[in-house]
Amino acid sequence: MTKRYALGIFEDEDVLLHAIENIRAAGVKIHDVFSPFPVHGIDDALGIERSRLPIAAFFFGLTGLSFALWMQIYMLGFDWPMNIGGKPHISLPAFIPVSFELTVLFTAFGMMITFYTISGLFPKIKTNVMDVRATDDKFVMAIELDETSSQLPSLTELLRRNGASEVNQKEMTE
Amino acid sequence: MQHVSAVREPLITGGKTYHDVTEDISRQVEAAPNIRWMAAFAVALVFLGIFFYSVYRTLWFGIGEWGLNKTVDWAWDITNFVWWVGIGHAGTLISAVLLLFRQKWRSSINRAAEAMTIFAVICAAQFPILHMGRPWMAFWVFPLQNTYGSLWGNFNSPLLWDVFAISTYFSVSLVFWYTGLVPDFATIRDRATGKISKIAYSLLSFNWKGSAKHWSRYETVSLILAGISTPLVLSVHTIVSMDFATSIVPGWHTTIFPPYFVAGAIFSGFAMVLTLMLITRVTFKLEDYITLEHIALMNKIMMVTGSVVGVAYITEFFIAWYSQVEFEQYAFINRATGPYWWAYAAMMTCNVITPQLVWFRRVRYSLVLTFILSIIVNIGMWFERFVIIVTSLHRDYLPSSWAMFSPTIIDIGVYVGTLGLFFTLFLLFAKFFPVINMAEVKTILKYTVDNGPTYNPNAGHAAPATAAPATVNTPGVPASAPVNYDKHD
Repeated sequence: MTKRYALGIFEDEDVLLHAIENIRAAGVKIHDVFSPFPVHGIDDALGIERSRLPIAAFFFGLTGLSFALWMQIYMLGFDWPMNIGGKPHISLPAFIPVSFELTVLFTAFGMMITFYTISGLFPKIKTNVMDVRATDDKFVMAIELDETSSQLPSLTELLRRNGASEVNQKEMTE
Repeated sequence: MQHVSAVREPLITGGKTYHDVTEDISRQVEAAPNIRWMAAFAVALVFLGIFFYSVYRTLWFGIGEWGLNKTVDWAWDITNFVWWVGIGHAGTLISAVLLLFRQKWRSSINRAAEAMTIFAVICAAQFPILHMGRPWMAFWVFPLQNTYGSLWGNFNSPLLWDVFAISTYFSVSLVFWYTGLVPDFATIRDRATGKISKIAYSLLSFNWKGSAKHWSRYETVSLILAGISTPLVLSVHTIVSMDFATSIVPGWHTTIFPPYFVAGAIFSGFAMVLTLMLITRVTFKLEDYITLEHIALMNKIMMVTGSVVGVAYITEFFIAWYSQVEFEQYAFINRATGPYWWAYAAMMTCNVITPQLVWFRRVRYSLVLTFILSIIVNIGMWFERFVIIVTSLHRDYLPSSWAMFSPTIIDIGVYVGTLGLFFTLFLLFAKFFPVINMAEVKTILKYTVDNGPTYNPNAGHAAPATAAPATVNTPGVPASAPVNYDKHD
């Protein structure tokens, strides 16, 4: 499916932030903004909700901790109890290091897999980008157009007025 | 020269624009390897050959190829293991701890330091695996069902804790490092002209486009990874130190070991970061990114941790005397005055005295002296581990089994060989991966370049830079309009 976008190219992140606010105030829906680095304040300007990844991370960690404790208690306490220096089979203080390490391991991997999955980030032979300069030094605002691109002239005017240095049109095939 | 803070020096010099950063860092990835790189790579490959030969001898003829004996049954192998793991710690410290402390200067060194961590841990892992004697059985360390019944392994043993600590540390560092690389791979992908490099960097960049939502999640993920990597890095060397501290060998059986080992690890790690950064800076002409200020700051961290290590050495001695345990006292007297006095003297000189030179501003800001200093510290920290391990073992409770240790050529070969392995990996990284985190450097650029935006005290906020003249007098954007930078901090 082919979609058309109007691309407003900005040179500076401060101008971009004001432009986002003004353009959203004008009732235009912004598809996405592409930047070479994280711009602080852009989440609020675009109305992006705070990520719930930290909550997921907490539960991944909890899973890791429970798994590690279960593993050690089951293996050394029940499945194959060993007499090690006459100490108790289930000696929790000695289980702390492995439990901690597995908590960290599960948190890190669980969170990273979630991050890559929900963001749709996976290796591709060819990557279609809106504008190649968006990973270099330009800030690219993409606004979806209808099939006839009828809004383009008015959008161009709006983007220009808010500091865009260029306005381009781009077709993207999904 | 104008920048936001009148007190602080700019973090990146040379008045770089965003595009300049991309150009400067991508250059060595895109260009053909230069002669200095090829020469260094050739040398590294020779050492890698020594590594493979020594490993072949160790595997084919067994551990008898090493100089170990019945008394000193842990020597160079574990020394090298602890040394390499310690070196790795500085990378995580820079990428995680300094991120949490919002030390923005870390941006230009964290990529290379993290790469160093990963390669150092790879080198470290060779030693315990080789010392197993039958490395093809290495998977036995993991709690797997095996053909002899479900004998699981002993979770009370620090050696098993080590397995979990090192493997977690390695894999989490790798993920942290790679996630940081993804946006920079995307930059190189979008600049690539060759067919192969286009496909290669497209695969590496994981479809990254720099979407605002992805950046927001990326920052969340980085922060949490930093949060969990900080206790992780402390736990790793703590557990390494417990390999010794939980034993009853005099000289090892001390409660000071965990903090003492962690400080030593950061100390040696920063020395190695300095060594590598000074070379990288010159080879790739990155003087504007890795400034003298960076060198001085790293020197200061080295001095602080070096002093902590010095205090720990003296504390150990005091506690040995104070404990009134005869064996403990002998172990320490023997360390300083026994047959291995020269190793002890080398350790004390390199680790306690040399870092104190950093108090002098001239030393801190001198590239040549810093380089020499960093090498001396690396040598000193190797001797520290040698002293702790060999001098404690070679004269234990039973004088009839006292012995000396001398390394064989294979011992030396494996150690020198891992240096080859390390530098081969590091040089490959430096050639094909961006050595500086471009995206992160761009975030600190605007308010730290020396000819950057002018600070207008009346407006209360920095006005748009002269670097973007088209935007200054844009209708709809008042020049004095406040920007909500702090909203998300």
